[in-house]
Parts: sequence; C-alpha cells; structure tokens
Amino acid sequence: MNELIPDFDFQRVVVAPWASDFQGNIWVVLMGFFAITACGLVGQYLVLRRMALVGDAISHSVLPGIVIAFLLLKSRSSGAMFVGALFAAVLTTVLIEFIQKKSRVKQDAAIGIVFTSLFALGVIMVSLFTSQIDLDLDCVLHGEIVNVPLEFPFVQVAGLTLGPSSVVRMAAVSLITAVLVMGFYRQLLVSSFDPGLAGSLGVNASVVHYALMGWLSVVVVSCFDSVGAILVVAMLILPATTASMVTDRLPWALASVPLQALLSALGGFHLATWLNCAIAPAMVVASCGLFALAWIFGPVDGQWAKRRRRRANALPDAVLDPFLGKS
Amino acid sequence: MPPSFQETVRTPNGRLRGRIGLSHLLFLAIASIPFAARAARVGDVVETSVWTQAVRFLTLSDPSVRYALLGAVLIGVSTGLLGSFIVVRRMAMAGDALSHAVLPGVALGFLWNMSKDPMAIFVGATLAGLLGTAFVSWITSTTRIKEDAALGMVLAGFFSVGLCLMSMIQGLPTGNKSGINSFIFGQAAAIGPSDLKLMAIVTVGALLGVGLFYRQLLVTSFDPGFARASGLPVRWVHHGLMLFLAFAVVIALQAVGVVLVSALLIIPAATAYLLTDRMHRMLAIAVAAGVAAGVAGSFVSFLAPALPTGPFIVLASASLFSAAFLFSPRQGLLLRWWHQRSRNARVARENTLKAIYHLSEAHGFKGEGALVRELAERRRSTLEEELVRIRGLVAAGWATLSDDRAVVYPTPAGWQRGSEIVRNHRLWELYLTNAAQISPDHVHEDAEKIEHVLGEELVRELERRLQFATVDPHGKAIPAIGDIRGSAPSRGDTTIGFRRSGP
Repeated sequence: MNELIPDFDFQRVVVAPWASDFQGNIWVVLMGFFAITACGLVGQYLVLRRMALVGDAISHSVLPGIVIAFLLLKSRSSGAMFVGALFAAVLTTVLIEFIQKKSRVKQDAAIGIVFTSLFALGVIMVSLFTSQIDLDLDCVLHGEIVNVPLEFPFVQVAGLTLGPSSVVRMAAVSLITAVLVMGFYRQLLVSSFDPGLAGSLGVNASVVHYALMGWLSVVVVSCFDSVGAILVVAMLILPATTASMVTDRLPWALASVPLQALLSALGGFHLATWLNCAIAPAMVVASCGLFALAWIFGPVDGQWAKRRRRRANALPDAVLDPFLGKS
Repeated sequence: MPPSFQETVRTPNGRLRGRIGLSHLLFLAIASIPFAARAARVGDVVETSVWTQAVRFLTLSDPSVRYALLGAVLIGVSTGLLGSFIVVRRMAMAGDALSHAVLPGVALGFLWNMSKDPMAIFVGATLAGLLGTAFVSWITSTTRIKEDAALGMVLAGFFSVGLCLMSMIQGLPTGNKSGINSFIFGQAAAIGPSDLKLMAIVTVGALLGVGLFYRQLLVTSFDPGFARASGLPVRWVHHGLMLFLAFAVVIALQAVGVVLVSALLIIPAATAYLLTDRMHRMLAIAVAAGVAAGVAGSFVSFLAPALPTGPFIVLASASLFSAAFLFSPRQGLLLRWWHQRSRNARVARENTLKAIYHLSEAHGFKGEGALVRELAERRRSTLEEELVRIRGLVAAGWATLSDDRAVVYPTPAGWQRGSEIVRNHRLWELYLTNAAQISPDHVHEDAEKIEHVLGEELVRELERRLQFATVDPHGKAIPAIGDIRGSAPSRGDTTIGFRRSGP
C-alpha cells in the first residue's frame, strides 16, 4: 500500500511542479480549467432540462464522428473534428428520438442502445486504424492532457505567443460559451424552465434544444483529446449539481462554474502529482470532492444546513403535523 | 482431449460454419479497408492469419476459444435475463451507471494481491457497483438533484476514481499488471477456467433467482402499487435485482469491458421487447439474442490480435436490434409500413366501389356497369387516374373492365362490398345526428373514415339502435341487408336479431 499511496510531501506535491516546470504545468492546469468551465456552463442547462444522460450519450457517440472525420480528411485539424462530432451528435439525438417514436422502446433504453452502439463502432475503428489517426484507446478513455504542453509550435497571434493550440482552442470555446450563455440567457432560461411560456414569448424551444445539443458537441469535441469521452460527463454534470447545493439562483450557479473549474483543475493536478496518477481523472475526482463538500456544507441543499433548519423548525412541525396528516 | 468430445463439438459446427460465412465475409470487407492502401505490403500476411484464426475458432482446437465461447454463452444468459427486467422497469441508465461504477472495485480487487484474481476482483467490483447504486439513491433522496444527473455524476465520478487507481497501479514498480486493461474494453480471449467457474455460479444463481421469484419480479416490475398493496416486499425485490445485476455486470466485465457492459444489459432485452408481449418469451428471446451476440462478437474479435471483444459484441447485438426494429412481426417498422400501405390501398379500392354505387344510385340502379368517364367526372379526377384505381379493383377481383375500357362492371362480391360501405357510411351519419346530436352537415367527414373499419357486429348494433331506419339524414336510402346479401341465411340472421332485440 505504501508504494501505491506515497507520503504527502508538501515540497514535492505543491512546490516542485511550479518551481521546476512552470511552463509545462501551467498549460495542463489551464487546459483543465477551460475544459471544466466550458463543460460546466453548458452542463448547467443540461441538468436543468433533465438531459444529463443525453449529454452522456453525446459525449460517447462523438467518437465515431471524430474517427471518420480523421479518416476521410487524413488530418487532425479542428475543423474536421468539429464537423464529424457535430454530425455524430445530431445523428445521436435523431436516432434516439426515432427509436422512441417508431417503437415502444422507452427513452432510457433508446439512449442506452444508441450511444453504446455508436461508441462501440468508434472503439472498433480506433483499434483498427490506430496507426493512421494518432488516437488510441487510452486517449478515448481518459485523454492525454499531459501531452498538451508538448504541442509545438505554440499558436501565435500578431506576434504574441499564446500557447499550445489545444489550450488556445479550448480557451476560445469556453469564452464563446460564456458569451453565448450570457447573450441568450433569457431564451435558455425560459425554455429550460417553462417551454410553454417560451413558446408564447416567441422563443422556439426546439431551436434552442438543437442549438444546445450542437454547441454541446462542439464543447465535447474540443476537450475530447485531453479528457476523453467518459470524463466529459462528469465535467458536464458535477459543476451544476455542486452549484445547486450552494445556491438557488441560476446566475450565481453559472458564476460559480469558473471558480469550481479553477479549484478542480488545480486540486486535480496536485492530487495527480501526489499519487502519480492520470491527471484528467484526478481533476474529476477533485470535482467530486467539491460536490461532496457542497453536499455536506452547502447552505441551500446541503445536509448540515438542512438538519439545522429542521431542528430550528422542530416545534412548528410538531404542531402542524397532525394537520398535514403526518402522525 | 478425448476424441469423443471433439466429435460432438464438430458436428454442429458444420452448420455453424455456413452461417458465420456471411459475417466472416463482412469482416474481411471491413478489414480490407485499411489494408487496401498498402495491400502490396501486408495484405497477404494479414489475410492468411485471419483465416488461420477463423479456423482455430471454428474447430475449437484452442482451449482459450472454448473458454471464450462458453463465457459468451454464460454472459448472454445472465445479462439477457436480468437486462429484461431492467428494460421493462425503465432502469436502463441505472444499469449503465452501475456498470461504470464497478471500475474502482476492479482496481481495488486487483490491488488485493496484485494479480488478476477473479474472486477478489468479483468481490471488489460488486461492492463498488452496489456502492454506486446506493449513492444514486442517497443523492436523489437527500437533495433535489434529479435522477438523471445523479446517475451521470456517480457514473463518471466512480469511473474517474477507477481510472486514477488504474493509472496508479500501472505506475507501481512491482506486481503482475498484465491484463488489467482488458477490463475496460473487454478481451474474451483472456477468460480463464477460474473466471468460467464464477460465471457459471452467477448464471445458475440468476436462473434460479428469476425462476423462483418470477411472479414477484413480474408484479413489482409492472405494477408496483399493486405489489405493495398485496404485501410484496417491493424494496427487497428491487435490492435483490440490483445485487444480481451487479453480479451479472461483473462477470461480463472480462469479455465486454466496463464501458460497454450496459449495452449487453439493454440491447438484447430491448430487441426481445420488440418481438413479444409476454415476459417469459421476452426473457427467452433476450437470452438467445445475448448469446448470439456474444458468440458472434467473440468470433470476430478473435480474428485479429488487437481487437477488443466488447465493441464487437455490442455491434452484433445492435444489428440484431436493428433487424427486430425493422422486421418484428408487430412492432417492426417495415411491417407496420406495409400494413399501412395495404390498408390505404384497401380504403382506396373501397372508395372506388362506393363511387360506383353512388353512380348507379344516381341512375336509379338501372343498367349493369358504370361508365369510367362518369366515374372520373364524379370524383373530379382524370381518366388515367380512374383507370389506375379500377385496375386495383380488377386485381382484387371486385370488378371487371370492358375491353374498350369504357365501362366497369362490379362483380357480385364487389357490389356487395360497395353497398356495405355505403350502408356503413349512412348508418354512421344517422347515428351521429340522432344519438350524438351533431348537425347533418358535420357528419360526412367522420363517416368517410369510419365506414372502412365498422365491423358486422357493430353495424347490427347500429341498425338495432336506429330501429332499422331506411333513410339517412340527407334523405338517401340506406342499403338494407337484404339488398346486400340476397341469400336466405343472412335474412334469417336478421330476423333472429330483430326478434331478440325488438320492442
């Protein structure tokens, strides 16, 4: 066991990474930060619309889209990947709805059928064509965030060296996500909470739905090669559920996403340094840790706060119970 | 190996080889895509090795092949049985969460004595899966987080813990780490005798469990309220099902892998769900589909060294599902489309017969046939369209067309059907105006639809309720049974009906 979990050495875990290889490590943490920010912002709406599992399905099923785009265009350019993934995401939603409508298979089973089949197809293609598409099963599983700083040459804009291309791309995607979420705040809000009202206000709920799905696939693709297909699900859902323990207001929940992203990325990075494990899963474990804290201490829906409230309300409850039919 | 064993396994293989030929060719076609570009270099080598592997698989000469096959069969049985209940209970995604949540348990089981000890991994994985399920219900019951989000969180959270542990194990200096990765995407070839023992125990357990508690499972799945009211321990049945589900997931890990094992729970069961309405048949079909997919998937993945088994098993079951989706007798897309088409054709024929009746009625029922020209004028269509419709009638034996294509003569059967349709139409109009108080100018559209589906029984009942009225709300005569069937027996029927119900 001692070999597995090394002693916590503050110098090695916290100081050394920044002292010795600041340039390398900052990009890893930034990549994690931007990925969780973008996913978390989109994920808020997925969770609100009870579509968390559709997000799960799409994050799996973009794989064959990406692989086919690689194979057809013989390049790992972002454009090809985005197009392939967008296509796969739309195909997933359409197939799920098709199976649901044209047979008596229910939604949950339809989701399970579609994404596992597409993911299986993707995995088979990856293992058949590994030599051609520099993508392997490990990358599909948990991404290769360690390789981020090794992407040379760095992107340069107007003579300024910005950073590794995937980090720059991820930063752009999360920035655009933030702008979109703010710009279409009202439309997203009303169509998520009350589709009927949305219709009467002139917001087309199905357009919002498909736009959200499309943008989800863009976000998923841009963090695909650093965090893999499955961990994306956690990055989509966890920030939203953590926030719902802490606040009732959507703006605050959205604003908490970058903070959570920073804590998870940094925490995960140090956790991985300490335990010598893969970095991307460690970042997700850190997010889970944040959720656990919020679950216990969150002021709105946390267990501790609830218990305290229950105790404070003990007398009125006891008085009211007979009237409420609880004896 | 005793020779007799070889005999018994080879005999069915003669047939098996013929059937697998197709998927074999398909695989070669898939496999030749990447090699087409550099066929000159490696094509030959690869082809021979694929064939050698295929022969090795089909002759079962290799023990690992026999283990893999037996494993696939056992997994198919257990996942098919339990997956059916998952699908009818709408817990498909709970199965997915459970199967991802086992990963940390697999890693911890591996750490137990640093080897791929099936028992340790089995215990660890089952505990982790159950812990994941418990977390889902804990989160949903103590917070306002909805079930889908809770499932997604647990699924990905446990999975990432598992991945961390896996990468830590791989960083360890000591121990035999080989084979741990095969748990993620599955490697049926890695199944050993001790794995098989566990699989057999679990499968027999699942069979016994489902057999003994079939009624309880059935009732709690389809009518939990009734089950609770009749004193069944609904919660315990649920927990027991989840326990067996965890077992089934864990034994399937080795062959299918953590990521795709939920597909094996969902897809064969959903396939069976499309094919039958009875739960016991659904169980049998799901088991058969699971076994077939397992065998086909392990065959294909055996052909080349680096192919994971899980995805192929999933694709095989997905193709079975697509087949059921398209061709299922009652649920199938194609058959339903065909039924709809033939129904539309029948309605079109009946409408033409009705038009012939109307035309003949307008002429006071004089003469034998109807002029095609008049028919076309009446229905505001071209002569060509009308002739196409009449050809449909002729093909169905309901009319004949004169040689100069000017006159159409309904056959006795066709005339009878036409009068029936008109009678149905007018009776329904009358019923709507009399009984439902709908004004006479609003009843035609409705009657246009119902005239094709009213059965004989219902028509009798309508006639009785309308006291054998002879005129519809628009003043037209309703063809009576006597007009439609000139034969004595049917007249007898009517009188009996009249006597029975008459005032």
